[in-house]
Amino acid sequence: MQRFLSAFGWRHEGAANAALLGLPGIWFACLYLAAIGALLVTAFWTVDSLSGNLIPGFSFTNFQQLLSAPVYTKIGLRTIGIAASVTLTDVVLAWPMAYAMVRLAGPKLRAALMAAVLVPLWSSYLARVYAWRLILAHDGVLNWALTEIGLPGLHIGYSNWAMWIVFSYLWLPFMILPVAASVERIPPSLLEASADLGAHGLVTFRRVILPMALPGMVAGAIFTFSLTLGDYVTPMLVGGEGSDFIGNVVYANVGVTNNIPFAAAYAVLPLGVMAMFLLLARKLGAFDAL
Amino acid sequence: MRNVLKKNLARAVLGLSISLPFMQGAAALQPLQAIGKGEGVLNVVAWEGYAQDDWVKPFEAATGCQVNAKYAGSSDEMVALMRSGGGSQYDVVSASGDATLRLIYGHNVQPINMALIPAWKNFIPQLKSPAFNTVHGVHYGVSYEWGPNTLLYSTKTFPSAPTSWSVIYNPQYKGAITVPDNPIQIADAALYLSKTQPTLGITDPYELNQTQMNAVVTLLKSQAKLIKKYWALASDEIQLFTSGDAVVGAAWPYQTNTLQAAKVAVADTIPAEGATGWADTWMIAAKAKHVNCAYEWINWVTTPKVQAQQAIYFGETPANTLACREMDAQQPGACAQYHANAPASYFDRIKFWKTPLTTCDNGKNDCLDYSAWQREWQNVKG
Repeated sequence: MQRFLSAFGWRHEGAANAALLGLPGIWFACLYLAAIGALLVTAFWTVDSLSGNLIPGFSFTNFQQLLSAPVYTKIGLRTIGIAASVTLTDVVLAWPMAYAMVRLAGPKLRAALMAAVLVPLWSSYLARVYAWRLILAHDGVLNWALTEIGLPGLHIGYSNWAMWIVFSYLWLPFMILPVAASVERIPPSLLEASADLGAHGLVTFRRVILPMALPGMVAGAIFTFSLTLGDYVTPMLVGGEGSDFIGNVVYANVGVTNNIPFAAAYAVLPLGVMAMFLLLARKLGAFDAL
Repeated sequence: MRNVLKKNLARAVLGLSISLPFMQGAAALQPLQAIGKGEGVLNVVAWEGYAQDDWVKPFEAATGCQVNAKYAGSSDEMVALMRSGGGSQYDVVSASGDATLRLIYGHNVQPINMALIPAWKNFIPQLKSPAFNTVHGVHYGVSYEWGPNTLLYSTKTFPSAPTSWSVIYNPQYKGAITVPDNPIQIADAALYLSKTQPTLGITDPYELNQTQMNAVVTLLKSQAKLIKKYWALASDEIQLFTSGDAVVGAAWPYQTNTLQAAKVAVADTIPAEGATGWADTWMIAAKAKHVNCAYEWINWVTTPKVQAQQAIYFGETPANTLACREMDAQQPGACAQYHANAPASYFDRIKFWKTPLTTCDNGKNDCLDYSAWQREWQNVKG
């Protein structure tokens, strides 16, 4: 039987592929594409305001509302802006760590550093966000430390600054790992060649290491950017006034007002942003680095 | 092939939408005439803490109705649950005043025969036939417990209680104010404006036309700049006051009790303008399969004993006036602490949550509905 199957698969390549890809394919089509399809269809529906029932149909009401109220543009730009600044911050923070891990550290230190990067991921996301809330609070560790060394206290608890710090912290491991992997893949001979040709450290970094590690950075950026873009819990917990993300508006429309079509219409925005981001990432070779 | 798939997908989506519960004609629905033999089961949708073993177990033993409780986290979830499965999946729901009208006008709940609810005659008068559960003289639910949205303040910042809600709109407390992240919060500002700007003509904080709403939104937008945080969970606000990030805000008595128990220097008050509040109602599904058990349940939870247990457990005020003595028996001083002995004037200062509708009580149809409130609230928060 086994021999027959393997012979059959060898002769009919298509059948073998179909057998292998069948299950993931069904999973992808049913759970993933169907969900996005339902989202796109629902975005054109409306809701009966009294009974709360969905009214199927095809109307642009939700999109008109989104475009006519400046608040939704503002929230969209805020979400994308913070996601972008978190990504940039993580790139800057990840480099020294990633480089030290693969180029400078010995095997033991390397394992220790790797563990240090990964250990936070074992604890609950919520626990880590709440921890930051305590650190940044009015009478928190940060302000206590600042006053101890004679500096005035900072009032960044419950603000967009707090969100930026917490997001940068949360997603940093997802940037360090792909950057480290891509730095590791650079053959040492190239660095030696660069040095032999008279380039000093900074020039080698800028003209050899950085371009070769770019796909790794873009791969990390896919994580940091998309994770920030879709989050709504951190804004809810550490945000202040004027800290809502797209996700918060979606959450409020699904959970509070029961206006699922409006939520679906707004959810099309991050979908579009991510699609553009991924196209750009593919051009920069990020998928080869994953 | 592609087209066939597309067509099937479209059909599946359409089928799904048609099977969603639509409005049912309920004109013929008559209330129960007599409580018969229990059906043995009762499916309950409730707020967390509303179906505690303390009173559920004795109920099951006394009536033989097995209680299956499903907890909901929001009024909207409650409405959705009561409509799920064609509206016959659950029997009773503990709906708040901002959900009750949606259930009534959605024909999801049935009229109640008050002759079968003996405790009802002992209710405080204001909760016998409140507008949020009684429409055109027909009762669609039995009031349960209620509480005010109070002004919570740090006694360090305010040595004596503030007498006006103006403190939560005062730039003096910039960055130290917190209010709930909830569209119904618009009513708090509307109530304040109804007293401070009578020319707007706001008579009911839940019935606002666009002009009135614009004035309220202007006030709330100026408040937004002063807000430390819009709190989503009661624990958020407790932490804000514990850490000193907030010194004044809108709250429930539950937060005050918790903070005072933790020795945080806070107190609460109902300022001169009055306050908004929440009142919960037990309602029976229009298509309930276990109506007799549902009536038994409502009778059980409106007894003075369970009313008192519930009030102390949750930190709220019972509808049944006879619960006061029970509360003091269960926990000395509880009756006064949870306002169960408060005079009618205390109750009358509270404007209870109800669903904003397009129809106003003054007969006009220019009021804004709840979805408009939600949009305005998003505008305020930015």
